[in-house]
Amino acid sequence: MQGVNRARGEPGLESGCHYDALDKMAVELDVFVGNTTIMDEEVYQLWLDGHTVNDAVKVRMEGGVLEECEASADVLMSDTMDQYRTFQMCERLLHSPTKLANQLLFQIPPHRQAILIERYYAFDDVFVREVLGKKLSKGTKKDLDDVSAKTGVTLKSCRRQFDNFKRVFKVVEELKGRLVENIRQHFLLSDKLSRDYAAIVFFANNRFETGKRKLMFLTFQDFAFCGGQLINNWTVGAVDNMVEDMDVDLDKEFLQELKELKILIADKDLLDQHKSLVCTALRGKTKAFNEMEANFKNLSRGLVNIAAKLTNTKDVRDFFIDLVEKFIEPCRSDRWTAADMRLYLTHYTNSAHILDTFKHQLVWDRYMGVIKSCIFKMYHD
Amino acid sequence: MPGKLKAKIVAGRHLPVMDRASDLTDAFVEVKFGNTTFKTDVCPKSLNPQWNSEWFKFEVDDEDLQDEPLQITVLDHDTYSANDAIGKVYIDIDPLLCNEAASVISGWFPIYDTIHGIRGEINVLVKVELFNDLNRFRQSSCGVKFFCTTAIPRCYRVAMVHGFVEELVVNEDPEYQWIDRIRTPRASNEARQRLISLMSGELQRKIGLKVLEMGGNAVVGYLQCFDLEGESGLVVRAIGTGCTLDKVSFGSAPNTNTHVHPSTAPASNACNSPSKDGKEPVFAEDLPSFSGPPTPFRVLPTSSSSPPPFSPSKPCSRQSSSSDTDLSLTPKTGMGSAGKEAGPLKTLLRQQTQTALEQRQEFPFFTLTSFPPGFLVHVGGVVSARSVKLLDRIHNPDEPETRDAWWEEIRQEIKSHAKALGCHAVVGYSERTSICEEVCILSASGTAAILNPRYMREGCLDTGNTEPRFDEPSPPSCGFCHIPYDELNMPFPAQLTYCYGCRRQKVPDVLFTTIDMPSEAAVTGKGCLIQARLCRLKKKAQGEVNATAISNLLPFMEYELHTQLMNKLKLRSMNALFGLHIQISVGENMLLGLASATGVYLTALPAPGGVQIAGKTPGDMSNEHHILTIQKRINDTIAKNKELYQINPPELTEEVVGSPIPEPRQRSRLFRSHSESSDELSELDLSHGKKDAFVLEIDDTDAVEDIHSLLTDASPPSGFYSCNTEIMPGIFNWTSGVQMFTSVRVFRLSNANLTNQGLNKIFTDLCENLLKSFYFKLRSMIPCCLCHLNFTVAVPEEELIQVAVTAVAMTFDKEQILEKPGDKIITKGCIEGEEQLQFSMELCADSSGISTQQLSKISGVPESTNVSPRAASVDYGSFADRCSTWLELIRLKAHTIRRGSIKTSRRTQSLAHSVSSLERSSPLPEGRSRSLRSNRSFGGSSVTVVKMTPLSFLPGTRIIKYLGIINMFFIRETTSLREEGGVSGFLHTFIAEVFAMVRAHVAALGGNAVVSYSMKECMLMENPNKNQAQCLINVSGDAVICVIETDQEPIHTAVGPRQTCSSGADGTT
Repeated sequence: MQGVNRARGEPGLESGCHYDALDKMAVELDVFVGNTTIMDEEVYQLWLDGHTVNDAVKVRMEGGVLEECEASADVLMSDTMDQYRTFQMCERLLHSPTKLANQLLFQIPPHRQAILIERYYAFDDVFVREVLGKKLSKGTKKDLDDVSAKTGVTLKSCRRQFDNFKRVFKVVEELKGRLVENIRQHFLLSDKLSRDYAAIVFFANNRFETGKRKLMFLTFQDFAFCGGQLINNWTVGAVDNMVEDMDVDLDKEFLQELKELKILIADKDLLDQHKSLVCTALRGKTKAFNEMEANFKNLSRGLVNIAAKLTNTKDVRDFFIDLVEKFIEPCRSDRWTAADMRLYLTHYTNSAHILDTFKHQLVWDRYMGVIKSCIFKMYHD
Repeated sequence: MPGKLKAKIVAGRHLPVMDRASDLTDAFVEVKFGNTTFKTDVCPKSLNPQWNSEWFKFEVDDEDLQDEPLQITVLDHDTYSANDAIGKVYIDIDPLLCNEAASVISGWFPIYDTIHGIRGEINVLVKVELFNDLNRFRQSSCGVKFFCTTAIPRCYRVAMVHGFVEELVVNEDPEYQWIDRIRTPRASNEARQRLISLMSGELQRKIGLKVLEMGGNAVVGYLQCFDLEGESGLVVRAIGTGCTLDKVSFGSAPNTNTHVHPSTAPASNACNSPSKDGKEPVFAEDLPSFSGPPTPFRVLPTSSSSPPPFSPSKPCSRQSSSSDTDLSLTPKTGMGSAGKEAGPLKTLLRQQTQTALEQRQEFPFFTLTSFPPGFLVHVGGVVSARSVKLLDRIHNPDEPETRDAWWEEIRQEIKSHAKALGCHAVVGYSERTSICEEVCILSASGTAAILNPRYMREGCLDTGNTEPRFDEPSPPSCGFCHIPYDELNMPFPAQLTYCYGCRRQKVPDVLFTTIDMPSEAAVTGKGCLIQARLCRLKKKAQGEVNATAISNLLPFMEYELHTQLMNKLKLRSMNALFGLHIQISVGENMLLGLASATGVYLTALPAPGGVQIAGKTPGDMSNEHHILTIQKRINDTIAKNKELYQINPPELTEEVVGSPIPEPRQRSRLFRSHSESSDELSELDLSHGKKDAFVLEIDDTDAVEDIHSLLTDASPPSGFYSCNTEIMPGIFNWTSGVQMFTSVRVFRLSNANLTNQGLNKIFTDLCENLLKSFYFKLRSMIPCCLCHLNFTVAVPEEELIQVAVTAVAMTFDKEQILEKPGDKIITKGCIEGEEQLQFSMELCADSSGISTQQLSKISGVPESTNVSPRAASVDYGSFADRCSTWLELIRLKAHTIRRGSIKTSRRTQSLAHSVSSLERSSPLPEGRSRSLRSNRSFGGSSVTVVKMTPLSFLPGTRIIKYLGIINMFFIRETTSLREEGGVSGFLHTFIAEVFAMVRAHVAALGGNAVVSYSMKECMLMENPNKNQAQCLINVSGDAVICVIETDQEPIHTAVGPRQTCSSGADGTT
């Protein structure tokens, strides 16, 4: 039948099957165009989620919208098709959200525009967890069907989300200024979403390993928070805010300086002194004191070694896995509580200042500040 | 050389990538007017070029200024090959030629390409310097204002209505020229767009000249149409109403859209002092203050009304099946008490107006659909004429006589129909065509009416109230319902009653019109959209045979459409139709008929009876049972509808009037209980035995089907109302939510062996489903009303049915709705309408098809018009008044006239109401209305929000300036249909683009809204096998600036005072 043939070729409308229902009524053409573009948020979400028209109609029917409005399945089908078409026509504009505001084709009230953009750029945490830290390359994109199968997010939606990451990455890559701010300005996203994107870009750029089994307990929000800490404290932008890539790359000089911290574990006296200071402060304040005392040297070596190795790109990638292996896992096996962790790290950081022979206070603070908040965030089940 | 046109190209943005290698574009612009072309520099390698050109100056005749569009072409410079066109912008500079409209055009225009659609935008500045031209023989008509609005534009007052203007120009269609075989589709499309733009300009100029000749300065209700006649050419024609308009100054009249006289007095006295002129609408000065002491005429005893000057010239023979009794024998029983004023005054009025009209012009037609209060004196009913013609090549475009003659013929006929109804004018007049191959159906329709002569005569304005004799013979609220014809000599059999509003004059029991409901009319409950839909198969044929076949089918279609309308009206318990539009479209193998109107219960007309089912074989018991079941369903439907539309007049009427109105026995078994009374007059007997519209006979399965289909019309879901008039009768408190939309559906008939019944079902479902879709899509706007639902049907190809709808959804405040019924009653209310029944004779005469002469005699059309060069021109004309084809039972009721206090107060209230009703049409508490301006720019962008509506106003706002007419024609073509999302994707994009271009033009004129928007043409041709499609769209409207109404304005305080004064008025009357 003609209708079906035509449908096959329609880009975006994934399969011709949605036409079958219309074929029965032999509706050859069916459009509805409002002067103010009408968009149903529910349908938009279904579209974003990559549902076919038929699936979307099913979902809507189950949602009871029909009974609400005394409509029939045909009406729902027609409406869904219309909306899907509208969204496809808008999609081009959503790729550069600033255009959406001054294009003339669709008259969309500003608050709706904001919703459209925000939703379009929203992503599924399960999905982003899968690609976080991966290179945003064609290769990764090819593997999206696996990701789709694993996460239950439709392939279409996976592609959209992936393309969003890539698009944002490409645009902000070469811009000067604050990463979050650039994202917000170029993509008109909310503050929260801009920060999430900043983290995604940052992870992709530094290729942090997040996919190992040991890291599986960490959510995207954990990583996003840590990413934010790194961006704010360890990048070039943290000290100089007019450099290209300033928020995307770690501050090389700082990484170099981190090597100096090795003295904390290399110098035996210093290590002992540090330990006794910490133990004195902790004694009697926690049930895990014995384990802390026993593990102090191991833990301290772990943290300082991570710092010292960060000049190697490979070790940067393993930053999170190292944190987990060298610090979080030992503590967890000793059953530290979150409060224990806080107590320990606070005293561990502060005590270093009292060590007379330790000269690298600034680097230490810059390092430990981030480590502390990352570990706090990551220390959960 | 009376004009200098200046254009400046500022910048472009979002241009498409034209150079794949660099992903950039080297754009430059050509600016062309007439034969002069300027170019900008090339702005290399940019998708957002800044040209900032000098001012390009064109020194031209104002004639050219009117005809030609400014043509801006954006191109990509290519050193080695030909420059590639990116797209074009046509700018109609007409708005700049009128000093009251826009002064500069400045803004971003979408760059449009007929193949690729919108490709970026260009920022342009255009100005015109006009020099005074004292040449008396000039060919231009600069300065004449044009309005699509079919009412007196808000913010103007009418000094005089001159009347009908029409013109048509013809040309060869570039698409059919030999050169089209060798040029690209793009070139062909552009040639066509440009030609039509030129022709529209020329047409407008010529019409402007006619208006100037008449002494007018504006054309209101300007309706321009294209007839794409294919091989035989391209016709652009327009009709309108010439007027002299005065601008209302704003300082003094803040709420202009309410037509308030500049010297507006404080709102509070608006209502209680009826004689206060300052309070009255702009037109008030032309009006007598109707609440004043009764004029002598009112009390004139008139037993013998002299026959109207134009008593029906044709015999009204009715031979339609159901009318056994000749109604022309209508008893005169009612006369003694009723006919009083009807006679002399009416005649006088008629004569006066007629003279005024006839002095002025040949056709006393008005394209307006709503009028200043007092303008319409009486309404007679719908008059229409159709004619089937065979198209022939237009040999000499400069002398389009044939087409002129065709229309002339039809207009003559309309005029004679109006005369037959005792009317001297036709209002709500429109013309349209339907073309299929070489056959063309020309149709015209309007509403016969008697107008107040005051508006027709020069100088009358100044005299103001010095002519009290012409006070309306009755309160204006119901005056328009009173019959204009003489009841002793009725043009068709009809049953009359005394007006339920004034109790003094006669009204028909059903009234059909093509106009909007007069704002002063009183309605009971709400109105609703009523549609009659019909398909008729016809054999494929050629030439004259085809034309004959079509003209033979037409009468039957009209008859059926009317029957359907009437039945549906009864089912809804309503008694009047407004905004009636009947469209008959012709295809190769079928005819489609669609009649749309807004049904209401006019308080002034009698309550409609029920619908009764009668079996052909009464003896059959099972059949009897079946009939009872159907009857029950019908009765249930009526009861349900009464509730739905809040129609509960019988009780009310009885209380008020004190005399129950009898229902004719034969068809009101169900309702008899409460309405039977001894007041019944002998007229009952008359209606007896005539079982046409009200009594549905079930004699075969088709009839059963028909009845079922009547009952299947779904009512709108709760929270929704719908109408095809400007606003919904019975809803006043509009809020600012407005959503204009266009929807198109094409249905493919898959089954080749369809019957008429099957087709009807499909067509009905198609329309019903469309409506359901609208309700669903717009559900977030509840409570809301779909206004001005304008359906257009076409048969683009064999087996395809296309329905296009443009309408606006408007929100209203539900809470206030409860208050309003009071107001509704206030509105003045009686109506006279009438039914014209002249079906029979034409029916049979017409069946002879080509025997046009004979027909024309019957209908009074001059024979000469039928002596067309080709005998093939089949005149279907005499079928003309479809109104008259309606058969119907009419009851005549009489009641004692009591002037209860309630009733009087009602009338006085109505006075107050008339002042405010206009205001009310768009009153909006500021709080609820979102500022238009606030939306002006968002996201830091400079895009102006432009609202669009098919109505003449935007609720909650006040139009402060009309910037000029928007009349645009676009062609879009694709050779990659699949890639663009199929035919739906293609059309969806195109319609969105058309909207965008309209908005951009309005914004560039400095406007923020389009009113009276309409899509006149949407012609889609597809060839999926070749992956191609082409579509033509023509839209029009008035660009305006409107501002949010503020609370300080009197309107909003009106509700309270109004009520107070109504009670005060009680005493006075």
